[in-house]
Formats: sequence, structure tokens, C-alpha cells
Amino acid sequence: MTELTYPFDAEYIIKKRKSLKRTLLSDGSKRLKKKIAVFGGSTTNDIVVYLELFLLEQGIEPEFYQSEYAQYWQDAMFPSEELLQFRPDLVFIHTTNRNISTYPRMTDSKEQVQELLDAEYRKFEQMWQKIADTYHCPIIQNNFEMPFYRLMGNKDCSDYRGRSHFLTALNEKFYEYAEKAEGFYINDINFISASYGLKAWSDPSYWNMYKYAMCVDAIPEFSFNLSHIIKSVFGKNKKALALDLDNTLWGGVVGDDGVDGIQIGQETGVAQTYYEFQSYLKSLKDLGIILTVCSKNDHENAIAGLNHPEGALKPDDFIIIKANWENKDRNILETAAELNILPDSIVFVDDNPAERAIVSAQIPGVSAPVMDSVENYIVNLDRNGYFEVTNFSEDDLKRNEMYKANAERAAQQATFTDYHDYLLSLDMTAVIDDFIPVYLQRITQLTNKSNQFNVTTRRYTATEMEEVFESGDYIRLYGKLVDKFGDNGVVSVVIGHKDGDVLHMNLWIMSCRVLKRDMEFAMLDRLIERCREQGIQTIRGYYYPTAKNNMVRELYGKFGFDKISEDDAGNTVWQLEVASYEQRNHVIKVEGNSAIQSL
Amino acid sequence: MDSKVIYQRLNKVFQDVFDDDSIVVNPKTTADDIDDWDSLEHITLINAVEREFKMKFKMGEISSMKNVGEMAQIIAARAKA
Repeated sequence: MTELTYPFDAEYIIKKRKSLKRTLLSDGSKRLKKKIAVFGGSTTNDIVVYLELFLLEQGIEPEFYQSEYAQYWQDAMFPSEELLQFRPDLVFIHTTNRNISTYPRMTDSKEQVQELLDAEYRKFEQMWQKIADTYHCPIIQNNFEMPFYRLMGNKDCSDYRGRSHFLTALNEKFYEYAEKAEGFYINDINFISASYGLKAWSDPSYWNMYKYAMCVDAIPEFSFNLSHIIKSVFGKNKKALALDLDNTLWGGVVGDDGVDGIQIGQETGVAQTYYEFQSYLKSLKDLGIILTVCSKNDHENAIAGLNHPEGALKPDDFIIIKANWENKDRNILETAAELNILPDSIVFVDDNPAERAIVSAQIPGVSAPVMDSVENYIVNLDRNGYFEVTNFSEDDLKRNEMYKANAERAAQQATFTDYHDYLLSLDMTAVIDDFIPVYLQRITQLTNKSNQFNVTTRRYTATEMEEVFESGDYIRLYGKLVDKFGDNGVVSVVIGHKDGDVLHMNLWIMSCRVLKRDMEFAMLDRLIERCREQGIQTIRGYYYPTAKNNMVRELYGKFGFDKISEDDAGNTVWQLEVASYEQRNHVIKVEGNSAIQSL
Repeated sequence: MDSKVIYQRLNKVFQDVFDDDSIVVNPKTTADDIDDWDSLEHITLINAVEREFKMKFKMGEISSMKNVGEMAQIIAARAKA
């Protein structure tokens, strides 16, 4: 809902929090249920209230545990029975500069301050490790906002005794930990407090009266920022942008004003602002976000505008260009279908409020942030956290190349009449083998992102995946697919749990970018091979229906399994005798981990 | 400001914050009269009142106000709009 999209009216949200929650809960949408433990160094009640609203809006239904006031350290180190039974899916540690035990004094030596710093840091590090060991779940930790006064004036930031200096040094140590620890994320309140206005944010009356570490009006913005990390960790990020052209990517209307008449480049202030926006989008593309065009224009005019010599973006930067006179909601649905992504993972960027309203009304879950004036475009997209980065893998870097190659494959497919011939012509080679450390991050990421080709929709945190990786009780396979157009990266993951001579399938997922390539059969062949090596006689497959995974309802049937049960909810169980299986993949050449170096 | 207007506007604020359109406050109303009015909701309420009347309560006032009547008196003395 627009009330919960940036730029939002915090006062309105605060006033209407109860009715907003009621509306969200009654909209009939299915949400991911997650348990979140909040360990606070200050009051957390309102933080949780708004966090819940924003998470509901982003497809997650949270259940909270809150530590007693300021008991974050005790709760983390000596968990209560209640907390242990709660079994959080995620822990958030809400500490601020109000929780520093000892600040440097003006009489301290450099060594003494260093000791203070180390002691403060160790307290936190010890706590994070204890939480990771106890709950094996992602951890979000605030960094520190700057103090609201500077005892030493400007020197406070550079002198080793200054509080600003001390907090900055502590933040640096947090970042070092975040860089090496899996499943550990910093909630950047240093940025958010500065952006909000540190003076208003730190109004001491809120701490002294209510033990809030920030002013109440700032809490929605705080919780919104925090919600981005959480929804990203649980796989709810957006994937693609559908961009309008006229007055969105450049000033003016290319069809009316001509290519020479549009505003883009360095000539005027307005042209520069559009250029800055195009550059921002180009950087998003480097982050793995898919760019597409959705514009009411003649195709040749659109291309001419994008080829403007002063523009930062070129036609090549877009995977799909829909420039026609169709309704935009229809174009967006087609774009989603062509990219094999869900329409609700698209962000629609258009300066025209009428177009935004139509698209929002026609496509549930699609985002269409306010684009009122070009100088606000970047901030309005950025603050909504659509593409919040929690894992950034090699694959993200290459994603645009992969989608581009996919579009080329589709073009080639049209020239083949026999699909088998087409598949053979792709010269596909796969590596299918047990997990190796270099791909663990991508494997975990895939389990959290795949919604459609996913029979159980079982999600794994980084820690859980490491446990699977280190255990001898599983048969694990990842699949990486290369063809003549490019490297698709790791696209499929299969995990089965061994129980005597039976293998129970916990997970069977595949990225939709390699649908209809027989990759699932290549995975199955390898699975059967591993089963035979390890004395497994029977494989049992499970399908749990969700709103999104209908495409794999009959997957095990297609694999030659027999359906042995089905309940009222549509959950099905399937079984295959390993002895009877015959190889099914005839189009992909399959190799093992030893090929990874040479690929 | 006319006290009748103040109470009308206060009613609206209370109804929004406690999500209950039936609430009508009078000078004697206290936290005991409204179900959800606890110390946490008090913070939200004070904020909403401050915004409605474009004024700020002083720190001491927030803890010493005994009922809606005292709140309305401060508002009458200080409200800008």
C-alpha cells in the first residue's frame, strides 16, 4: 500500500498503526511466517509495531520475542526457557550509542582507550557467537549512530579520546566482523540517523522519559530500513525494473521533441539530473538487477532516444524493451513471463501517476513508487530498499549477461522446428556433483529465492546449509549449466536425507532461467547414480503446494515416481524404486567437480 | 482556543490512536477509562496530540498531567493552530 512506501508520512503511520495492521492482515495474501527475536538495549515496543507493518507489506508475517527492557546481553548469553522454545528464525540486536559501557575520558592514554575499545567490541563479538551457536540463524546488529554533541568540537572525530572517534572505530570493528561472518548483517543506523537529522533523531527527552534511543517520529523510518534486511534475507527482494522513457529516463517526449530535443547529458541542470538517474540505474544493473523498458512509444523512437549520444544507458543495457501502445500492465505481465520471474518481483518506474495507479491495481504485489520530480527519482527508489543486498555473489554480477543470453536462445529457438535438435544445438555441459565450499553461498541463496520450481519450499539459512554440507546423512547435488551462449551458473540444488536404504527428498529446486532444458533430468540421473553407489533402494519425493509452485506439482510423476498418497491440502508423496530407473537426459553432457577448474 | 474545539479535536486523536470511534473524552478522563491506554500507548498519544495542535509538552508536564482536562489546559495556553 502507498501509505507504507517511501516517501511515507510517518505521522500518519504512527496515528493509524492499528487500522493499517488490520487492513494488511485482512487482504487475503499468503505470507511467509517468521519468528524474530529482538534483543534491545532500549525500549523496542514501537520498533516492533512498525517493523510488523512493513514486513506484512513485504510478504512476511512476523512473530516477535522481545527481551525485557535493556536485557539484550543477558538474553543473548543466558537465554530463558521461553526464548529457547521460541526458536527464532532471526535475531535482531537493537543497541545504540546509549549502550556503550564506558566512553574514553579526557585523561585516558591512547593505550587505555584502545583497551576500552577492545573490551566493548569483545562484549559484542562474544554475544554474536553465542547467538549463532545457539540458534543457527541470521543476526542483524545495529552499528552506532554519532553522538548528538561533540565535547571536543570538530576534533571529536579525529582525537582518540573523542566519542565520535570512539564510535567510528567501534563501527569499523563491527564491519570487519560482518565482512567475514556468514549470516551477519549490519543495520546502518549511522546512515539513517544522519539522513533523518541527527539532532531531531537524538532528542534526549525520548531517552530520558521513555528510554527510546531515538525520537518516536523517527521509528517508522528506522523500522522500514531494518525491514529491508529481513525481507532480503528471506528471499523477498525485487528482481527487475520496468522503466518508462519519456520524462522518466530523459526530459521531454522523444516522439514529439525528436532525439535532439530531449533532455539528457551535461547541457542543462535538468539534463544532468536525468543523466545522474541513468547512471544510477546502470550501477543497479551491475548489481544484477534486470533492466527492462515499458513505454508507450513507437519502437524506433524509443531506440533512438536510448541511443542518444549523451545518455548513460544504451539499448544493450536492457534485457527486454517493450515500446508499443499496449496497456502497461499487459506489457509488464509479458515481461515477467519472458524473464520467467513473478510479476510481483518487478518495480515499475513511471512519472505518470495514472499509469502507476493502473499497473498497481491490475498486478497485485507490483511496486510503483512515486516518481514526482526527477531530482527525487534516485532517493525514492533507493530508500524503498527493493534490491537490498544481503548476499552478493559472482552470479549476481553475471545475471544480466545470463538473461541476455536467454533472450538470444529464445530467438534461436524460433528457427528450430524440432525441440530436441534445438537443445542439442545449445552444446550444453553441466557440472553436477556434491556441494563444494565455493558454491555454498549461491546454493543457499537459491534455496531462498526459488519459488516456482521448488517442490517443498524449504528455506535454508547459511548456517543450516553448512550443517547439511558437513553431515554424512545427506545426498547433496548442485548443478551448474553452461551452453554456447554463456554460463548460467549454479541453477539447481537437490538435497535428500538418508534413512536406511530410503532417501527422503528435502529439496528439489531449479532456477526458472533454465526451464525446459532437461536439466532436471540430468540432476535425476546423477541422483540415481549416487543412490546406487550408496545402497539406496527407494527414493521418496514430497510435493507441498504453495501459491507459486504449481509448475512442479507433477514433477515426480514426470520423473517416473508413483504417487503413494495425497491429502486434502494437495500435499503428495511419491516413490521410485532405484533399480527400475533408466537414464533420462540425452542432451546435456555431464561432468563432476573435477571439471570446475577447466570450465 | 475554544475548549469545545479542543475537545472535538482531541476526540479524533484519541479515536485514531486507540482505533476506536466510540471514544469521547472529557476533562475527567484518565488512562483508567480507556482500555489500551498504557504507558507505551501514552507515548504515541502524546506525539499525536503534539502534532494535532502543533505544540510541544515540556518534559515535566508529560509525567505530571493527571487527566485530559489538564492536557486541554496546556493545549489552550500553547497551541499554535
